[in-house]
Amino acid sequence: MERMPKWADVILTPLISLVLAFAISALVILAIGESPAEALKVMVQGALGSSYGWGFTLYYTTNFVFTGLAVMVAYHAGLFNIGGEGQAAMGGLGVALVVLALPWPHWALALPAAAMGAALFGALWALVPAWLQARRGSHIVITTIMFNFIAAAALNYMLVNVLRPVGSMDPASARFPEAAHLPKLSEMALGLGVEWGRNTPANVTFFLAIAACLLVWLLIWRTRLGYEIRAFGKSEPAALYAGISPVRITVLAMLVSGALAGLMAVNNVMGEAERLVLNAVEGAGFIGIAVALMGRNHPLGVLLAALLFGFLYQGGGELALWTSIPRELIVVIQALVILFTGALDNMVRMPLERLFAALRRKGA
Amino acid sequence: MSLMKSLLAGACLTLLPVAALADPALIFDLGGKFDKSFNEAAYNGAERWKAETGGTYKELEMQSEAQREQALRRLAQSGANPIVMTGFAFGEVLAKIAPDYPDTKFVIIDMVVEQPNVQSVVFTEEQGSYLAGVAAALASKSGTVGFIGGMDIPLIHKFECGYAQGFKATRPDGTLIINYTGTTPAAWNDPVKGSELLKAQVSQGADVVYAAAGGTGIGVLQAAADAGVLSIGVDSNQNHLHPGKVLTSMVKGVDNSVYEAFKAGTEVEPGVRVMDLASGGVSLAMDENNKPLISDEIAGAIDTAAKAIEAGEITVHDYMADNTCPVQ
Repeated sequence: MERMPKWADVILTPLISLVLAFAISALVILAIGESPAEALKVMVQGALGSSYGWGFTLYYTTNFVFTGLAVMVAYHAGLFNIGGEGQAAMGGLGVALVVLALPWPHWALALPAAAMGAALFGALWALVPAWLQARRGSHIVITTIMFNFIAAAALNYMLVNVLRPVGSMDPASARFPEAAHLPKLSEMALGLGVEWGRNTPANVTFFLAIAACLLVWLLIWRTRLGYEIRAFGKSEPAALYAGISPVRITVLAMLVSGALAGLMAVNNVMGEAERLVLNAVEGAGFIGIAVALMGRNHPLGVLLAALLFGFLYQGGGELALWTSIPRELIVVIQALVILFTGALDNMVRMPLERLFAALRRKGA
Repeated sequence: MSLMKSLLAGACLTLLPVAALADPALIFDLGGKFDKSFNEAAYNGAERWKAETGGTYKELEMQSEAQREQALRRLAQSGANPIVMTGFAFGEVLAKIAPDYPDTKFVIIDMVVEQPNVQSVVFTEEQGSYLAGVAAALASKSGTVGFIGGMDIPLIHKFECGYAQGFKATRPDGTLIINYTGTTPAAWNDPVKGSELLKAQVSQGADVVYAAAGGTGIGVLQAAADAGVLSIGVDSNQNHLHPGKVLTSMVKGVDNSVYEAFKAGTEVEPGVRVMDLASGGVSLAMDENNKPLISDEIAGAIDTAAKAIEAGEITVHDYMADNTCPVQ
């Protein structure tokens, strides 16, 4: 079949999917007797209508950029990493151990160290499934999702028995030292003399996420390893014929993927909570899958899709707070977006392709 | 980039959804609003205030540990005042954010947070549990009773220890079986595991079981009713859940605390409020549902013990004072 113009592929298709998802969501909201227009207004205002909303939206966006990039890198190697949840949780453990281990004099020193700890723990958590896939053929989907449960249990154990400070009842680590406090975007804005998003969790990690987008783009499209990953992902026999080792690429791609998922912890553990709590990842690992799919496995797409899901997440929270629309319905809306942009992608794509083909024939 | 956004945001700032000022707010911890126990007691207090005054309040249910700070900040930002939260787990987060909102009053139940705008409400659960232990000792035929706790934390050991003291004081040769549901907040909402623990205790001979486990207790009470043994509810009056099968409930006046905080509005008095037996903060629930179960002997013993505690003749040891229990 003839290909569509690039702009239709990259922008039009997800946009139509999104409109369809919102249309069905509107019907659902109507069915429970609420006003969809009102709901949309609350979501848009709550997430984008104030610097306060933006502060939260960008915070969630940062989380989703990392997990989205993680899924994306593995996807280019033909691997479906759905263990972002566990890798990010272990990344959190890495951050907590690094930050609590040493008396950091300044955040600028603590940040790179904590990022390395997060990436290391996330990567190591992805290593075992990667090795099992490469050497034993154990399917990576099964092993990574199983590792999510192991990570949750391990974290439970660590928080209850090891990291919980004496005298505390809450299964959470001690508070991180004041010196390791990452500057919030609001504090940076205040430094420039602008009052922006007071008391919101968006922090300097946002820039780290943008840098990660750039680095991942360089890695996948501008390096030899990236070429090998893509070649391997397109066709394993062809890659093998070209002298690319499947074991090496599987393990390396998953290490990078796990490291990216782990890096998310810099944002939520060090940047926001400033201590390690249970369930700190809050499903961002799974949302990363939708973000990567919707972003068409390109860093720029991932960034935009992460922004969309950041908006949905924050707007959804506002919806639960300000309307009587139950929280569960917000999950329905998010699920519809995932369904239409991910699973039902071809439902929009194929008619569009036919349409463009017909237009082209007419033009010719 | 952030500069441009801030300009954009500044223009939109006036569009913020503004709540009716000084509406009170209530945050339920994990376990859920309708756990028939701790959180539901808070809900009932808020509903009572609503029915009496015709006011409105904001409410929020926690879905995960990581949301606590954002939930609190959102409510404070929205102008809700006072903000009442149920559960010790909010302590750390509240201590962090309370100074950011000096004009907002916070009320935390089951935890002490030392901030100038926070009222901390704590209960003497050991006293109420002592009475429950007395009742269990007299109602038990086998001489073996059970305790099923939710999350394994000092706060719940306080219930257990008070219960053990009351039981052993009444029946020194009796046996007490103790189990905990888990070590994480998920243990507050696991009725299936609660019922399994109850079955295990029944097979060891327990015929009265006290559940201090939030939503998990629903499973304990249900399984106890099915197995034909007696249970003791907690936090709310749970006697009506299985009439004639629930011996009594150790009621914590969470509803009153919420009601009073809402009623005081922005005039909530900061500081620590200790709700004890004498002030009606803790008590055993007596109603028509458990009337056939409470013989004159049991009623008399409970009454005597309650008077002795109020008069200071019996001092019930508080587990949290030194993290040990004199009775095992």
